Amino acid sequence: MDPEELRALWFTVACALAGVGLVALPAFGLAWLLARRDWPGKSLLETAVALPLVLPPVATGLILLKLLGRRGWLGGWAHAAFGWDIAFTWRAVPVALGAAALPLMVRSFRVALEGVDPRLEQVARTLGGGELRVLRTITLPLAQRGLLAGLVLGFARALGEFGATVVLAGNIPGETSTLALALYRAVELGRDDQALRLLLVSIVLAYGALWMSERALGSGRRP
Amino acid sequence: MKLMLEGVTLAQGAFKARYDLALEGPAVALFGPSGSGKTTLLEAVAGLRRCTGRILLDGRTLQDSGRGIWLPPRERGIGYVPQDLALFPHLDVEANLGYGLTGGGGPDLGAVAEALGLSKRLKAGPERLSGGERRRVALGRALLARPALLLLDEPCANLDVGLRRQVAALLRRMHRAFGVPLLLVSHDPAELRSLCGDVALIDGGRCSGVVTARGLAAHPIPAARRPGAPPRRLPVPAVAPWLEAMC
Repeated sequence: MDPEELRALWFTVACALAGVGLVALPAFGLAWLLARRDWPGKSLLETAVALPLVLPPVATGLILLKLLGRRGWLGGWAHAAFGWDIAFTWRAVPVALGAAALPLMVRSFRVALEGVDPRLEQVARTLGGGELRVLRTITLPLAQRGLLAGLVLGFARALGEFGATVVLAGNIPGETSTLALALYRAVELGRDDQALRLLLVSIVLAYGALWMSERALGSGRRP
Repeated sequence: MKLMLEGVTLAQGAFKARYDLALEGPAVALFGPSGSGKTTLLEAVAGLRRCTGRILLDGRTLQDSGRGIWLPPRERGIGYVPQDLALFPHLDVEANLGYGLTGGGGPDLGAVAEALGLSKRLKAGPERLSGGERRRVALGRALLARPALLLLDEPCANLDVGLRRQVAALLRRMHRAFGVPLLLVSHDPAELRSLCGDVALIDGGRCSGVVTARGLAAHPIPAARRPGAPPRRLPVPAVAPWLEAMC
């Protein structure tokens, strides 16, 4: 692998980790709201969270671009407050990868939380447990394998993200080029050897991540 | 212990309930057929189910929806042993028992484990315990939190006659040793006669009267039920019969 390919590899892994880290807490909060609370409009939020799963990724990227571009609501604020540009810089990549991972993470986290019997949490409260203590000592330990599987699944999804990244971050070699973007570029330029190498690396990475996610879930299943 | 419920109204799907009742004594009970709303009422007292109305325990207001008071379960000082026991599956017996341990003057974990015959099982996971041991862990866990009232949902359900007697004897022993007032839920008159004084008759989401456990057979549920009627108070002995027998 040449230095450019190696850079794309570590940049992708780093941005996927950062993206998952960026959305992990919001994803947990959303999953908790969906799993543990009943409120009007819940089904609307449920659908909205799942939307990026079925929307064309390019459309997700466009929404993010409208939000995070220099004239966008959040992008304009970030530029004014910190002088940061997000769209078409490396900063856009973790955001796009995180956005792609979010719906899968929310789903996995929700399943993990729903697997914890609410009665255990209730009894813990009658024993004097406050909400944070119950979360830390009952909910999280019992849901941990499902939560871990959700994190790894989100990471796997982020590794392969293309559409939203290309719209929000562009395909700038040495700046925003992830494995998926580098692969596209190699195919477009007819560099078959490079495309094959990037393809193999992508497969190994994705396979490893999915395997770990399945393993985390599998070993958590009760007999 | 004196527990008062005034206009306690709760709904779960099509099931609607309204309770007005007062129970007093060291060990009292809710009695009624399956599906009559006993567990729902227990959960309302523990603060696990939202409802309107007033609930007072020994004069302390646990909730008063008219005045916007609602104490969360952790501040009510009410222990709860649900029918399925709800042992924490990822914690060993010692950690289960000690979950609500507050320290400072209460019974210590070792003494309760000893009294419950669990001293040699402290490091075992709940999945390795027998049915009887699981019940004892759930009871010990609730007792160690030093509750002002302990709610027991069908403590002898699904047990054969021998085990039922053992559990009833254990409850009597624990009650005597730790002096924690009990509120039991049951649909078995024999169980209540061996444990309780006051018994509230619950049917169809209403309390149709309060009787003594001894007089239970004389007040079958359908005859006692008068929907909408205020709770009927029948003569109650000063001490629960089983306590009397032990003194």
